[in-house]
This record gives sequence, C-alpha cells and structure tokens, in this order.
Amino acid sequence: MAGGDASAGENRPAVGGDASAGEGLPAAGADASAGEGLPAVGGDASAGDAGVAVEAVFREERGLLLASLVRRFGDLDLAEEVTSEAIEAALRHWPAEGVPARPGAWLLTTARRKAVDRLRRDQAYAARLAVLRADAERAETVAPAPDAARIAELPDDRLQLFFTCTHPALAAEDRTALTLRCLAGLTTPEVARAFLVPTATMAQRIVRAKRKIREARIPFRVPGPDELPERLPGVLQVVYSVFTEGYAASSGPRLQRLDLAEEAVRLARILRRLLPAERETAGLLALLLLVHARRDARTGPDGEPVLLEEQDRERWDRTMIEEGRDLVVQALTGGPAGPYGVQAAIAALHDEAADVESTDWAQIVALYDVLLTLTPSPVVAVNRAVAVAMRDGPGAGLALLDALAEEPRLRAYPPYAVARGDLLTRLGRAGEAAVAYREALELAGTEPERAALRRKLGE
Amino acid sequence: MKYMLLIHSGAVDEQGGAPQCTVEDWMAYDKAVRDAGIHVSGESLADLVTATTVRVSPTGERTVTDGPFAETRELLGGFLVIDVPDLDAALDWAARCPGSRDGGAVVVRPVADFGA
Repeated sequence: MAGGDASAGENRPAVGGDASAGEGLPAAGADASAGEGLPAVGGDASAGDAGVAVEAVFREERGLLLASLVRRFGDLDLAEEVTSEAIEAALRHWPAEGVPARPGAWLLTTARRKAVDRLRRDQAYAARLAVLRADAERAETVAPAPDAARIAELPDDRLQLFFTCTHPALAAEDRTALTLRCLAGLTTPEVARAFLVPTATMAQRIVRAKRKIREARIPFRVPGPDELPERLPGVLQVVYSVFTEGYAASSGPRLQRLDLAEEAVRLARILRRLLPAERETAGLLALLLLVHARRDARTGPDGEPVLLEEQDRERWDRTMIEEGRDLVVQALTGGPAGPYGVQAAIAALHDEAADVESTDWAQIVALYDVLLTLTPSPVVAVNRAVAVAMRDGPGAGLALLDALAEEPRLRAYPPYAVARGDLLTRLGRAGEAAVAYREALELAGTEPERAALRRKLGE
Repeated sequence: MKYMLLIHSGAVDEQGGAPQCTVEDWMAYDKAVRDAGIHVSGESLADLVTATTVRVSPTGERTVTDGPFAETRELLGGFLVIDVPDLDAALDWAARCPGSRDGGAVVVRPVADFGA
C-alpha cells in the first residue's frame, strides 16, 4: 500500500504468536518500479541505511521470493512460511550487520536453506512434495510445455503465481484476496482491511483458498499460448477489480481508496513486464494510469465526488497521462484492439482535452461502439449514451438511456439514474430529474455520493 | 492424482429426453480417455426411474423408498475416474466430455488420498 502510513510499523515481527506476524513488513511507499530483479535492489545501501533499505526492499521482494520458492518446492504454504522466516532473519541481522551486497539473493538463499531444513525435519511432508514433483514432471511430458521462446521472455516466476492465484476454479473474491496477499505482498490484516471484513474472516478465506489449491492440485504453471486467450482475461480482471474498488469504493465512508488503486497499478505494471507481448497488459496498465491520473481532482475538499466536467484539470497528473498515452499506442497497435485498450483510448481522449466542450466526443462515441461489440453490457451502453448526449445534445442521450430502462442490471446501478437526472436537468425537466436523483440516492453506497445527490436535489 | 468426473445431464424435458450428444460422441470420448492412459474406472447409470433409496434410522430400522426423482434440474447420469497430473488436466478432460454440453455439467472432484 504505497504511502499507507496506517499500516506502517504495526506488523513488525517482534512478537510471535499471531499466524500473520512477521509476514507483513512496514509498507514502504516503495515506488512501483522498484525491485524489478532480486539482486538489483538496495545494492549499495550502507549499514546506516539499513532500516530504510529493509522497508524499501521487502514490499516488492516478497512476491518475487514467494514465486521463486513456489516454483522450486511446488508448495505455497512452505513457500510462504520460509519467505516470512527469511524476511524475519533479515530484520534481525541487517540492522546490526548491514545490508548484504545482494539483499534479494541473500533472502532467497536463506529461504531455500530454511525450506530444505524443514523438509529434512518433516519426512512425510517431503515425501508428499516428492510425489507432487514427480507428477509435475509427468505433466510436462503429457502436456508439452509452452514453447521455449515464450518462456524465455519471462523475467521471473511471478507469472505462474498470478495464474494460480487467479485460477477460475477459485471463487472470484478469493482470487483477489490471494493476489493481494501473494503478489502485492499485503498481509492478511491488510487484505482484510481492503475488503472491509474482519481479519479472522479473511484469514479463513485465504486458508480455504490455499487448501483448494493444494488438495484439488491447482497447478503452478503458465498456461500455454493456446490457453492464454482464455486465461489472461481472468488475471487482468482481478487487477482491474482491485482498481475499481479503489477508484470508486462500493461502500464505506470514502469515495476513493487510493491505497487499493495504487496496488492495482503496481500489479498491472508487473503483469506488463511479465507479458510484454500481450497488448491487453498494455491496455490495462494504460487504463489504470489514465484514470488514476485524475485522482486528486476527483474529490472535493470534503471527499465529495467532482464530476469530470467540473474537475480542475490542472490537478491531473501529467506524467502519468504521458505514460498512459504511450501505452495506449502499444495496446492498439498490431492487431484487433481488446476491451482494456479501447477503454484506455477513451480515457486518453478525456485526459487530452482542455475541457469538456473541446473533448472529441465523436471519437469517444465511436470507441464505445467498438467496446460494445467486444463486451456488450448495459453499463457500457449507459456510458455511450452519455457520450452521445455530449455529441448530439441531451435529448438524443436521454432517448438512448430510456431505451435501457428494462435492463435488470441497471436497476441497482446508481450512475444510470444519475445520468438520467443530469440529462433531464439539462432539458429543463426538473421534476423528472428529481425523481431520478431520488432513485440514485436510494442506491448510492458511499456517503460522499449521497451528499452530492442531496445537493443536486437542493436538500 | 485421481479425479472423479460426475456427469450430470441437462434438463430433461417432458418426453424424458434432453437434446443430448450422440452415442458416437460418447464412444469417441471413451476411446480418447482410454488411449490417453488416464482411465481408472467409470460407469453410466441406468434411468432414474430405477433408483431406490435406503436409509437406516438411529434405532436400526431400515427405510426403503422409490426414487429419488428429478427434483433438481441436473441428474447424475454417470461418472468417470481419471488419473491425471493436476486440476487443469482434469478440467480439460471434463470440458471434452459430451456430458458438459447441451445444458449438462461435469463436476470435478479430487479423490481423497488418505495414504499421503
């Protein structure tokens, strides 16, 4: 959780007992780009910087270490256990002895040694893992491994872990929880906070998901090129859902939960590095950056939502927009566009415009047309109707919205009622607008949304 | 690792027959499973009208009833046990099974291994 001060310092492993103790390191607002490779991080840190280096290193390293150990030992529980032990050892030794020249390699070696020790002590466990190993090797001969060229371009082992954590045989919420824990490096209490559930509930959920992985034997493997079109959308969806929960919290006191949005951006960056040839990884990262760039302008001083047309565009993050725009080009070049690439292109058109009036609404409508063919959904149709209203006037947009009135999915979707209310207001039909806003007020999940609607209603 | 594929037929219509795959489809699937060397066991079950349920009460009294009848939309029509390396392989074989089409469903259950 970059910048998540709330969690800093409360997860130090000094006190034993709690199952999760020691797994969580102080969240060091580490830059998302830090720690691409194990040996690269903090290599020149002197002993005096040990505390700082320890914090900066582990957030990103945890996922890398875990993935590498899962690949080596084929067991998520063992890998988690020795990853935590290695990090605890680092916290004990480094402040006194200084950070080793290659901290990542030190952690990996330490963790591996602990795993081997553990297997020596527990022969039954070792025997079970040996059977797993043998079967895994058999799997490689039964189903030929994906072609070597593709594997060679993968810089680390985290991709396997992404596909395991987001396996369709796991419940959707468990996929998100496991991904946050194993790949974003969140502790169980942090994941619980992200889902707004008690820690014990989340701990049970994670235990259950890991049990399914182990007992149903969900494999640790990267799907072959033939399976990728079926499996990759599931991985991207998990990262996207982390982002949308951060971007527009479905419930709670706050509209935005920037910590979650930043986790999602970080995960999308990792996926982009791991699968550079897949254009939708560029599309997803571009989309997240282009939307996240508006984070400071999206809410007012009291946390109330600020509509796109009212946002102070000076407060948009230009660096992030530039990065996102470059990625949109990559996402839309070299083949048919995917849904994330198209959504990113729409976000880019908004981000490039000086104001709402000069926005290229015709182009945005055209992109929504493409998106509707790729992922037909009433929600996309609502957004398209709003864009049509900007291009052709509120009457045209309202006609499209009213045509969607029978869609069951829109009955519990506040933005639909809000969009209707706004277009009715622009048409001077205040009475009908109020009815629509009241409908939205019933449905809105966060207090800032409700406050904004009450203002529209003049209450 | 052994997995049982529980093959449920789709909704059965008034005439007692759902639009199902052909016998040839099933024979081809059966042959593919055997040729892959993963077949452990498997049976198709006779029509549900032949089913009988037995329950024994705490006092040891035996109750035998006709049925069950199709209260649910999906009926267990047969099973297959295969031995494959992991869940992905089992899911692939389930997806190839003709019983997973036409409104049917195949439930994949790992077989418990108490020896490990």
